[in-house]
Amino acid sequence: MNRLAVRKTLKLFIGGAFVRSESGRTVACELGGHVMQAARATRKDARDAVRAARAAWPGWCGRSAYNRGQIIYRLAEMMESRRAQLADGLRASGSSRVAAQREVDAAIDRAVFYAGWCDKIEQVLSTKNPVASPHFNVSSPEPTGVVAIIAPRLPALVPLVSTFLPVIAAGNSVVVLAGDADPQTAVNVAECVATADVPAGVVNLLTGCRAEVAPTLAGHMDVNALDLWLGDEAVACALHDAACTNLKRVRRHKEPDASFWFGPDAAGLAWIEPFVEIKTVWHPAGV
Amino acid sequence: MSTNLKTTSRKTRRPAAGEGRPAGVRLTADVDARITVTAPGAAVWQYAPAPEAHEYIRLAPQYDLFVGGTWVRPARERYAPVIDPSTENVLTHAAEAEEADVDRAVRAARTAYEKYWRRCPPASRAKYLFRIARAITERSRELAVLESLNGGKPIRESRDVDIPLAAAHFFYYAGWADKLGYAFRNTEVEPLGVAGQIIPWNFPLLMAAWKIAPALACGNTVVLKPAETTPLTALWLAEIIRHADLPPGVVNIVTGGPQTGSALVTHPGLDKIAFTGSTEVGKDIARACARLGRPVTLELGGKAANIIFDDAPLDQAVEGIVNGIFFNQGHVCCAGSRLLVQESVHDVVVAKLYRRMQTLRIGPPLDKNTDVGAINSRAQLEKIQSLVKSGEEAGCTRYETQCVLPSRGYWFRPTFFTGVALSHRIAREEIFGPVLSVMTFRTPDEAVEKANNTRYGLSAGVWTDKGSKNFEVAARLRAGVVWGNTYNKFDPTSAFGGYKESGFGREGGLFGLAPYVRRVS
Amino acid sequence: MSVDAVGLEERAAVLATRSIKKQSKIVGLRLAIACMDLTTLEGKDTPQRVRQLCRKAVTPDIDDPDLPSVAAVCVYPTLVREAKDALAGTQVKVASVATAFPSGLAPAHVKLQEAKEAVAAGADEIDMVIDRGAFLAGRYREVANEIAAIKDATRPALLKVILETGELGTYDNVRRAAWLAMEAGADFIKTSTGKIHPAATLPVALAMLEAARDFEQCGGRRVGVKVAGGIRTAKQALQYLVVVKETMGDEYLSPATFRIGASALLNDVLMQLTKERSGVYQSEDYFTKD
Repeated sequence: MNRLAVRKTLKLFIGGAFVRSESGRTVACELGGHVMQAARATRKDARDAVRAARAAWPGWCGRSAYNRGQIIYRLAEMMESRRAQLADGLRASGSSRVAAQREVDAAIDRAVFYAGWCDKIEQVLSTKNPVASPHFNVSSPEPTGVVAIIAPRLPALVPLVSTFLPVIAAGNSVVVLAGDADPQTAVNVAECVATADVPAGVVNLLTGCRAEVAPTLAGHMDVNALDLWLGDEAVACALHDAACTNLKRVRRHKEPDASFWFGPDAAGLAWIEPFVEIKTVWHPAGV
Repeated sequence: MSTNLKTTSRKTRRPAAGEGRPAGVRLTADVDARITVTAPGAAVWQYAPAPEAHEYIRLAPQYDLFVGGTWVRPARERYAPVIDPSTENVLTHAAEAEEADVDRAVRAARTAYEKYWRRCPPASRAKYLFRIARAITERSRELAVLESLNGGKPIRESRDVDIPLAAAHFFYYAGWADKLGYAFRNTEVEPLGVAGQIIPWNFPLLMAAWKIAPALACGNTVVLKPAETTPLTALWLAEIIRHADLPPGVVNIVTGGPQTGSALVTHPGLDKIAFTGSTEVGKDIARACARLGRPVTLELGGKAANIIFDDAPLDQAVEGIVNGIFFNQGHVCCAGSRLLVQESVHDVVVAKLYRRMQTLRIGPPLDKNTDVGAINSRAQLEKIQSLVKSGEEAGCTRYETQCVLPSRGYWFRPTFFTGVALSHRIAREEIFGPVLSVMTFRTPDEAVEKANNTRYGLSAGVWTDKGSKNFEVAARLRAGVVWGNTYNKFDPTSAFGGYKESGFGREGGLFGLAPYVRRVS
Repeated sequence: MSVDAVGLEERAAVLATRSIKKQSKIVGLRLAIACMDLTTLEGKDTPQRVRQLCRKAVTPDIDDPDLPSVAAVCVYPTLVREAKDALAGTQVKVASVATAFPSGLAPAHVKLQEAKEAVAAGADEIDMVIDRGAFLAGRYREVANEIAAIKDATRPALLKVILETGELGTYDNVRRAAWLAMEAGADFIKTSTGKIHPAATLPVALAMLEAARDFEQCGGRRVGVKVAGGIRTAKQALQYLVVVKETMGDEYLSPATFRIGASALLNDVLMQLTKERSGVYQSEDYFTKD
């Protein structure tokens, strides 16, 4: 007789802890041939996540870039050691064995890629400016702050990590609303994050309904930037409009084909630049 | 250094009913006696009037729109008066563009983009921009006079800051036109197309240069709307551009008010909006662009903290405070309008500031010795007056430059308040005038906390002789420009722009190019 | 309190753009004459030259008898008696450099003796140099003691202390030396000997004026400032007056608190005044050079 499996409760990941929705509500999803209940984040969960992200942010951006790189590399290590778990999760939501493995490998490699970016961003995006007066003048990037990401729906893994990794690599903290197609994979990613020395609150992962959570994040006055991956133009417009209340930096994309996430444009400096602010510092040079 | 000056013990002296002079505000008697600038009976050496010659500049009775390389009359033939704010005299009239005119300008820009500019070799784009830079320099004095005449700013500033910087911006971005491959390494970029650009009245020609130069260098064509009250130098720039033989329609200049701006922002034929102005209008523009899915960059308001630590070079800090808030009558988005002074040097800084303020020369903008000119418009003057009133009502102590103001025109005395709390309106709202709010702090942490406690994040100042403190505080300030031991410095090579509600996107330097290109994927 | 060099120079540069025209120029140039220490400090100086200089000091332009006399004539100690005789009965003071001018490098007792003898010979004012070597080595007390000793030995003469700012290296040092001299008893602080380049500059003058202002505000005395060396044109003189006016206020614009040490300046001022009076530009050939 086969051993009876122990099923996992799919929770939200807020402030470094796995929690149920404050409302106690869940959303049913069929994964791997059986129905699971995923936590359904509410407006208050989104608020809590933003609070956690804000609290974590000064510490995260205050760490050395080298240290952030080490932590993201540790995340890659955790993902590597959970390859089977991640792949099983993808297969449960319908991926083939080959496709699932390919996606997991791509996701891990992406983490390694951004681990290496942390201490390059400032160098690549800084200029020393030859001003026409006796002043030392440098422009360099700083993280924007708390970034909310409305992640693409599918596939479940590579887009999720591809959107939040560059943002935290730059020193931001994030609240990610995962796509609703596969909440289990979002939780699997959260488990990797939770075991990778990522400080609590730097990455917060919510599952639930976009229509419920996204407007809260878009309108939240303590969120500094919004990364929107939405096929529905009208919804994107409405969220963008709400984001203008405190002039969030907004990046808007339609949801691309799955193949995009494995192509050359799915990672790079262009994924970091929208979530940094250029600060220019002047100082006289003279005796 | 210590001081025996006491400056905080008395509230504003209010004028008695019917008293002819405006609110005379003074320091306590003992301070007054010590720092009086002119002793009674001393042989006073006064500066004679030194007016900049301007008779050679002849203004036409009215000015049209610059569209497609020529001057065209506005569709409804409506013209608005252009005022000299220092006298309230009408200088001339400028066309009021409405939707049909904006449409015509956008079409001209589109045609120019497709027909000439996107095909123009980058090196030639560069040479056109160099030509413009040179022509601005050649006509710099004339432009400076116009800027002061129309804007009310002192000729010393328009001559030494606005116009040379405008020319320098064109010169700087000219050089980028054929070197974009070095600016965007690893990325192929192309121009966006036609950019709509809306600029404010505080630095009319300089803002036009900040907008037009990078746009053209990257291969875009533009429709620029100058501010309603200050169109003159933009119209002169149009003439310079015409004389530089730029292909017709590459730069179009449409004058007009808010309706003109709104027609431009929502015009379906644009690929980009760049706006400099108030946060309030900026948000409306951001929303309009969100609906249209249109790229936008915004350079908006500010409420900058200027932080003076007790180990600062205080005399230079006082100059920095003065330059930070009284430069251009305080009509500066990055003005250092909140002074955070370490408590231990508060009294000496306030005494030095008050004394220094009395030497400011307020008067005719075209006098070469004028330091503070006229407020740009009646509306702005009223806004300043109302906020200052709120400061008095909140119980803050008011100090101002003692001087006689001209009887006509829009004027406001350089002013500062002590005893200000973060919650007061004068510490929270952008006044955009020569009014400074002085607050104190005790520790660097408190200074940073107070400095960042604002919706804005455009600029900040830090004054300390200690390098390590300067680096640390500069890093912790959430502002796009941090001036250490200096203030209100600008350079075309140096990026400028805000955090938070001060807007997004950068102007100046390498980073000023990005808002005018898209990646080719 | 420290001084930021760039900010200081910026402020001086802005003040230098003040436009001084017409009546303001005439009044300013007359003020420059009244504040002038007409100077000759050359190895080849002769009694004849000093007498001639004194005549010019009293009546700068015989064609313009309304012009004020200069404040003082400044000479080497050995020529003090000559100058004193030539200026007898006038308001013009005799100033003598002292303390092993210009280097300040002589034994302390020799410097003291030299200053005493200059006063004995009739000097109303002593322009001493500080020992820059001691100052730069950080032996501030030694420098201060020397100034105090000279002050004591030369009372009631007015003591001007030359900092020789061109050798001090930084504006912070200029301010520190100025403060030290004021605390030690200087009646004036003076920029330069004129023998070292750079001599007086606008930013240096500004730094010293600000120090003098702060010294008085902090409960000290009112101390004067003398700029010297390299001031050759009327335009430069006006720029210094502007810096004084806007830093210290109008009441400081008096020979009691401000001096310009110069030799060639007077002729240029006279040329400019003549030009203002006559309306035509002038030639040096019409102004006597001795």
